[in-house]
Amino acid sequence: MITCIKPDSANAIADIESRARLLRARIIETSHKTSTPHLGSCLSCVDILAAMYFSVLRIDTAAPHSPTRDRFILSKGHGAPALFQVLAMRGFYSESLLDNYGKDGSVFAEHPPTPSYLPGVEAATGSLGHGLPLGIGMALAGRIQRRDYRVYALLSDGECNEGSVWEAAMFAAAQRIGNLCIFVDFNKWQATGRSEEVMALNPLAEKWTAFGWNAVEINGHDVGAILAAADRCSSNDKPTAIIAHTVKGKGASFMEDDNNWHYRIPTADEVIRAKQELGISE
Amino acid sequence: MRNAFADELTKMAREDERVVLLSGDIGNRLFDNLKKLDARRFFNCGVAEANMMGVAAGLALSGLRPFVYTITPFTTTRCFEQIRLDAAYHQAPVVIVGTGSGLSYADLGPTHHSLEDLAILRTLPNLRVIAPCDSTELRLALRAAFNEDVPVYIRIGKKGEPVIHPIAPEFRIGRSIVIRPGKDIGLLAAGTIMPEVVLAADLLAERGVSAEVVSFHTIKPLDTQYLEKVCTHFKLLATIEEHGRTGGLGSAVAEHLAPRPDAPKHILFGTPDEFMHEVGSQRYAREKYGLTAHHICDTVFDALKRY
Repeated sequence: MITCIKPDSANAIADIESRARLLRARIIETSHKTSTPHLGSCLSCVDILAAMYFSVLRIDTAAPHSPTRDRFILSKGHGAPALFQVLAMRGFYSESLLDNYGKDGSVFAEHPPTPSYLPGVEAATGSLGHGLPLGIGMALAGRIQRRDYRVYALLSDGECNEGSVWEAAMFAAAQRIGNLCIFVDFNKWQATGRSEEVMALNPLAEKWTAFGWNAVEINGHDVGAILAAADRCSSNDKPTAIIAHTVKGKGASFMEDDNNWHYRIPTADEVIRAKQELGISE
Repeated sequence: MRNAFADELTKMAREDERVVLLSGDIGNRLFDNLKKLDARRFFNCGVAEANMMGVAAGLALSGLRPFVYTITPFTTTRCFEQIRLDAAYHQAPVVIVGTGSGLSYADLGPTHHSLEDLAILRTLPNLRVIAPCDSTELRLALRAAFNEDVPVYIRIGKKGEPVIHPIAPEFRIGRSIVIRPGKDIGLLAAGTIMPEVVLAADLLAERGVSAEVVSFHTIKPLDTQYLEKVCTHFKLLATIEEHGRTGGLGSAVAEHLAPRPDAPKHILFGTPDEFMHEVGSQRYAREKYGLTAHHICDTVFDALKRY
């Protein structure tokens, strides 16, 4: 059965926040164990992932390909270590499957595999600028087939360098795709520099507005704000861009806003320190 | 050929609600009947081919059967990565149709030529690559592609191509069609160059040479069964395509036959490793690059004397 966990109480928000802390600890630990990079990028979007998978998305883990499900595309595919953890926590597969992470023959690579290789994954991203066009196709399919699902995509700010993002933005607005909503994980960094300096990204929200979208800016670590923004999308026939202001490396003080953690792998001591800060003892 | 495409696709859309067409801002009025049938299933995606290909893959992953249509270089090399990842990697059943292929738009310059598309696209796993020789083959190819569970690329001409098949032949992806049987040489051709090949066979017949003319419409997967026959029946084989000699049908056949000790000698007709800088008609370009019946006939005739 397709379910949506309703965020109708402070308890629900606290539950998501608690899950986000646990996810962060697991992501950091896995990065250490498997030498998987992009830790900073994973940590900046954890709250969005937790809020989506534990409240917003109408999905059924027993029927991951149900035609009526909401779709969530991690367009910033290098955030896969975070996606893998949240999909396991949500129940798409056993958390013990993640023991194979990074091992030869495993499906858990640095980027998501195709949907047929891992339940819960909607698109094999990793090359930036692909998730939004794919999501538009899925949203238009819903319109043609008269299904009322929504399509969500999570983009990075660096990803907005890609021309295909803006091709897609104009097309989505022209098609009046109201069942499409994106998050931009605006952590102010891309691989080797400040995202504003590399490509003059600002004013980002205004860019989306100028391209014909609803645009809203939120604190991307405020679960209540994420839920409220996701709930408000589809209120008209425009697609919605939620510009989520985030901190790269969020959750471990020594990683926050330090772009070295785009590629750095934490030591065993750093894992312990991060988990202490997160209040996770597992 | 593009009129046949629009007509056949409209019929298919009438028969099956999953058919969707995405056009890259070309074909003004060409698709009026389809739009009249169901405007929700026609998208003018503008001049934004990367997005168009990704959208098509998203539609395909949601149970629809999208056909993507624009001028060949823009629906192939322009958005190669979207074809590679969104369509081929995901096994999304998108049908990519490139119009004005080869030197059809010779007079528009190399921006509009496509002499690399077969070479590039046949490198992709999961993708079928087809170059029908006339409108009849195109109609059959569209229906065959519709029944595939993987993406398919179909390379077509523009308009006014001569009819090769007066009656519809049996068409299967990966199975070549013998248009005229012969015993001295196999002329294997892909795409709209076929009228020159048929005429070349006529000219060879006048000189006492029996040429077998084959529509090798599928470049991937290759018809290896027919290539078995080539090894035992012919001492000389020619491949003909309006495409670069690097990487197209000729290369694909040569790659397959290379390890065979009994492989026949092989002449590859195609364009050389260069851009065509001067203006010219398709006829002019074919003559420049030796893709005419007379040049094919003379080259083959001389080669037969040597082998």
